[in-house]
Amino acid sequence: MADFTMEKGADGVAVITWDTAGKSMNVMTMEAWPLLESLVDDALADEAVKGVVITSGKEGSFAGGMDLNVIARMKEEAGDDPAKGLFDGLMGMHAILRKIERAGMDHKTNKGGKPIAAALPGTALGIGLEIPLACHRIFAADNPKAKIGLPEIMVGIFPGAGGTTRLSRKLGAMGASPLLLEGKLNEPKKAKSLGVIDEVVPADELMDAAKAWVLSEPSIVKPWDEKGYKMPGGAPYHPAGFMTFVGASAMVNGKTQGAFPAAKALLSAVYEGALVPFDTAIKIEARWFTNILMNPSSAAMIRSLLINKEALEKGASRPDVPDQTVKKVGVMGAGMMGAGIALVSAQAGMGVVLVDQKQEAADKGKAYVEDYLDKGMKRGKVTEEKKAAMLGRINATTDYAALAGADLIIEAVFEDVDVKAEVTKNVLKHVGDDCIFATNTSTLPITELAKASDKPEQFIGIHFFSPVEKMFLVEIIKGKETGDRAVAKALDYVRQIKKTPIVVNDARFFYANRCIIPYINEGGRMITEGVEPALIDNAARQLGFPVGPVQLVDETSIDLGAKIARATREAMGDDYPENSADDLIFWMEGLGRLGRKSNAGFFDYDEKGKRQGYWAGLAEQYPRAEEQPDLITVQHRLMFAQVLEAVRALEEGVLEDIREGDVGAILAWGFAPWSGGPFSWLDMIGAPYAAERCDHLAETFGPRFATPALLREMADKDQSFYDRFAATAEAA
Amino acid sequence: MSDAYIYDAVRTPRGKGRKDGSLHEVTAAGLSARVLNALKERNGLDGHAVEDVIWGNATQVMEQGGCLARTSVLASDLDERIPGLSINRFCASGMEAVNLAANQVKGGAGEAYIAGGVEMMSRVAMGSDGAAIAVDPSIAMKTYFVPQGISADIIATEYGFSRDEADALAVESQNRAAAAWEDNRFNGSIITVKDQNGLTILDRDEYMRPGTDMQSLGALKASFKDMGEVMPGFDAVAKIKYPHLERIEHIHHAGNSSGIVDGSAGVLVGSKEFGEKYGLKPRARVRQTTKIGTDPTIMLTGPVPATEKALADSGMKISDIDLFEVNEAFASVVLRFNQAFDVDPALVNVNGGSIAMGHPLGATGAMIIGTLMDELERSDKEVGLATLCVASGMGAATIIERV
Repeated sequence: MADFTMEKGADGVAVITWDTAGKSMNVMTMEAWPLLESLVDDALADEAVKGVVITSGKEGSFAGGMDLNVIARMKEEAGDDPAKGLFDGLMGMHAILRKIERAGMDHKTNKGGKPIAAALPGTALGIGLEIPLACHRIFAADNPKAKIGLPEIMVGIFPGAGGTTRLSRKLGAMGASPLLLEGKLNEPKKAKSLGVIDEVVPADELMDAAKAWVLSEPSIVKPWDEKGYKMPGGAPYHPAGFMTFVGASAMVNGKTQGAFPAAKALLSAVYEGALVPFDTAIKIEARWFTNILMNPSSAAMIRSLLINKEALEKGASRPDVPDQTVKKVGVMGAGMMGAGIALVSAQAGMGVVLVDQKQEAADKGKAYVEDYLDKGMKRGKVTEEKKAAMLGRINATTDYAALAGADLIIEAVFEDVDVKAEVTKNVLKHVGDDCIFATNTSTLPITELAKASDKPEQFIGIHFFSPVEKMFLVEIIKGKETGDRAVAKALDYVRQIKKTPIVVNDARFFYANRCIIPYINEGGRMITEGVEPALIDNAARQLGFPVGPVQLVDETSIDLGAKIARATREAMGDDYPENSADDLIFWMEGLGRLGRKSNAGFFDYDEKGKRQGYWAGLAEQYPRAEEQPDLITVQHRLMFAQVLEAVRALEEGVLEDIREGDVGAILAWGFAPWSGGPFSWLDMIGAPYAAERCDHLAETFGPRFATPALLREMADKDQSFYDRFAATAEAA
Repeated sequence: MSDAYIYDAVRTPRGKGRKDGSLHEVTAAGLSARVLNALKERNGLDGHAVEDVIWGNATQVMEQGGCLARTSVLASDLDERIPGLSINRFCASGMEAVNLAANQVKGGAGEAYIAGGVEMMSRVAMGSDGAAIAVDPSIAMKTYFVPQGISADIIATEYGFSRDEADALAVESQNRAAAAWEDNRFNGSIITVKDQNGLTILDRDEYMRPGTDMQSLGALKASFKDMGEVMPGFDAVAKIKYPHLERIEHIHHAGNSSGIVDGSAGVLVGSKEFGEKYGLKPRARVRQTTKIGTDPTIMLTGPVPATEKALADSGMKISDIDLFEVNEAFASVVLRFNQAFDVDPALVNVNGGSIAMGHPLGATGAMIIGTLMDELERSDKEVGLATLCVASGMGAATIIERV
């Protein structure tokens, strides 16, 4: 079936219905564009047609966005001039959208033309909103679950089919900025109050309302096509607009730390476009959009945050075993992690048994969930019914017998092999033979913990990040004997709680913590060398990390760091590399400066716990060096400390798929999202340069930067990770 | 190459740059014409006496637009055969006018020039001419644009100047300006601004606040703290460029920053032959002129490299300079200059500066050259250096010596 079909009604309204075959939500394809154009041409030329309504054949949604292959194909088909292919392709789309917007009006007098309305049954994202924005009036069904917006910025691009230009002209720079720069999505009523769409009507009246409007002989000239159009809030050199634009650059610069090219390009398109007529503005938007599509950062972000993230969520690493959807989960331990796990599980509709040694501890865990729901109610996100239903699904108890019938156990008790072994054994007495047992640990080896089970093939690690309800990633760890069904169970569970999984093999600190710890340690080492802590944290922020390593230790607590260091030292014995960062952290621990939680750490805090400056005592113990390193050296130390660990994890087979390494890094610890992840970053700078830098860093700062054999080999062959590991990435 | 000499320098008093300022009723071309007329009368410049009028102005829109230099010539009693060139190097516009004129004379392109500038800040608001560097995201983000007040605070943070040091400099500026007026030190250069009936509009700098002390300044709120720390958050931008800074110390306020005022100044520059022809005695020789570009984010450190270059180009040392005029755009600019060259603050801005008397952007550069020359004569010293920091990261300097 064709993606767009048209039915001309006896009332004179032609209804164009969008229905992408084989998809649950419409996506715009290369083939669909000319089809849409021909239908619009037909309707405009047909005298019997008085107006048009464009709608969707999908229930509850209009469209999810552009098929990213369109961009890839425009690039490819242009051969050795991909920028021209993109620009021409974009201008072609603009021409079709502009045809809808002008709808046959006389270009001088604005007379004539046929009204074209968009009728959105629900969700309209990206191009799914850009097409409606070109129409003359946007109707949406009153569907609170629908999401309307332009989320392109989240994956390193920006709305490039007129959305940037039309929305900024419709709402003004100030009004459009949260929608464009933050990619904020809104439900229909909110979208209407913001001025993004025009009408919200009951779902069953959607088509009638749109048709009635089309037949009401409405004025259809867009404000920006009228003489004397003024941008709401003021154009850039209007006194009010001046302040908006000066502020916008500063805010974007400060927020992105200059690390995200898309935000800069978007803002430039808005500014330059605001100074010229609409058709010129569209051309400017297309030039900036082409520029961003040609930027390696955008390609890497799209690959990791859109394509590969989705692939992992859809089970790219899932073994081929039957459906393992979880119905009843037992959560052992009602501390913060256990309570968070219970929360997200209940949210996903599972029955939850939340077990702790004491009833009051179990109740406290459940109270955490209630507290969370109360906050949601205050913000109008949770109803009384939903709250009751969710709490009703959680049984907080001390009674292991309540675990009967659970098909998944997630153990989140104290990080101690013996304690965990005892809980495991007790649980296994009360659950069926098929039950999968998962342990939530961040430090203990899964294979070791699996010994407590007589069915190690049904034993697996599920490492949650804290706070569970806020973090996007879940790390699944296979022990030596973990079987396929356990992996599938864990993956199906993660899919149910709507998080992104990566699957790794069992090794010290698994994947995420393995990379984060050297990052933190490198920051600590620099402090002991006398580097300004501000330079360390700012260097990290400019790389796109949410917080620098020094601040990160204060947030996660210094005693935790000290505990991990001691445990690792004990486990590794003589192999443990001596490390000045440990001295620093033990010293701080000894002083009782444990970080934010003790209101004193690398920072001072006021009595309300608000972070003040870096603690002056730091410079007394570790005097600041007269000569401070340059920014790029600090950044490379912080960056390579992490990415080399990722490379080693791949070399050692802890990581099986570079996609998991990239997606996991961004979602777990906010690794420079603009880069697409550690492997994408290495590809961006190129293996030869990376190896050369590592050699230099190793020589200057120590063997921890030594070029791994894999990277050396790739440098010699001038290979990229995504070429070399393309086969694994696709097969997995 | 012939030498370029300064024969005369005049300035108007500086009026408060507000609607209730005394000069608010005067037009930009009208005030400029009064300065041109004063130079004509004082020096007998009849006919086609000068090659051109080079006029600095930092906000060339509205009444200051449309080549204000030419408009001012036509508004004055100067001969219509004298053309007029408007220039803009922001705060150094008036100095650049003098420097350009001197270099034209040195190069033989004309015997004499009137150079100077005007800024009617009460009538044409600062910034009202737009500025892509601030507004155009491609440029603003590339250059890490922050407003000047933030830049001044970056200087204070980077070079370690406290609020007290800045306030002390401001108090000193007020004291010195008051003493200079008391002692009639500006009398030789100040022209009384009169109306078309000969009635006096203003004859004295009216922005000054004599009696300012540390306590009164201490009560003032830092001007750039909110825009730096809250909306839109310029400090975050500053820290991208200066990542070793933990935070920006906001020490500047209305009392230790230059005042917004109306005013104009003009300098008569010519060759030796020009003086002989008109029977004028040269008062100073323009020894060296300089302009440089610096980091646009910290923006206002230009006086240091500009001075270094001027000294190097003229084969001089800092100790060869007897007196300094360093424009008090913000206290930290002068503190940084003094720190960098380790000069005696008693030799810098001897008669006060822009913090006390105000800073009419396009005119100040010419004003401080005149003030410097007057003070060299009064204190019988030989060599003086005037310098200004300039928006968007520039700097300018002029070295003059008495003849």
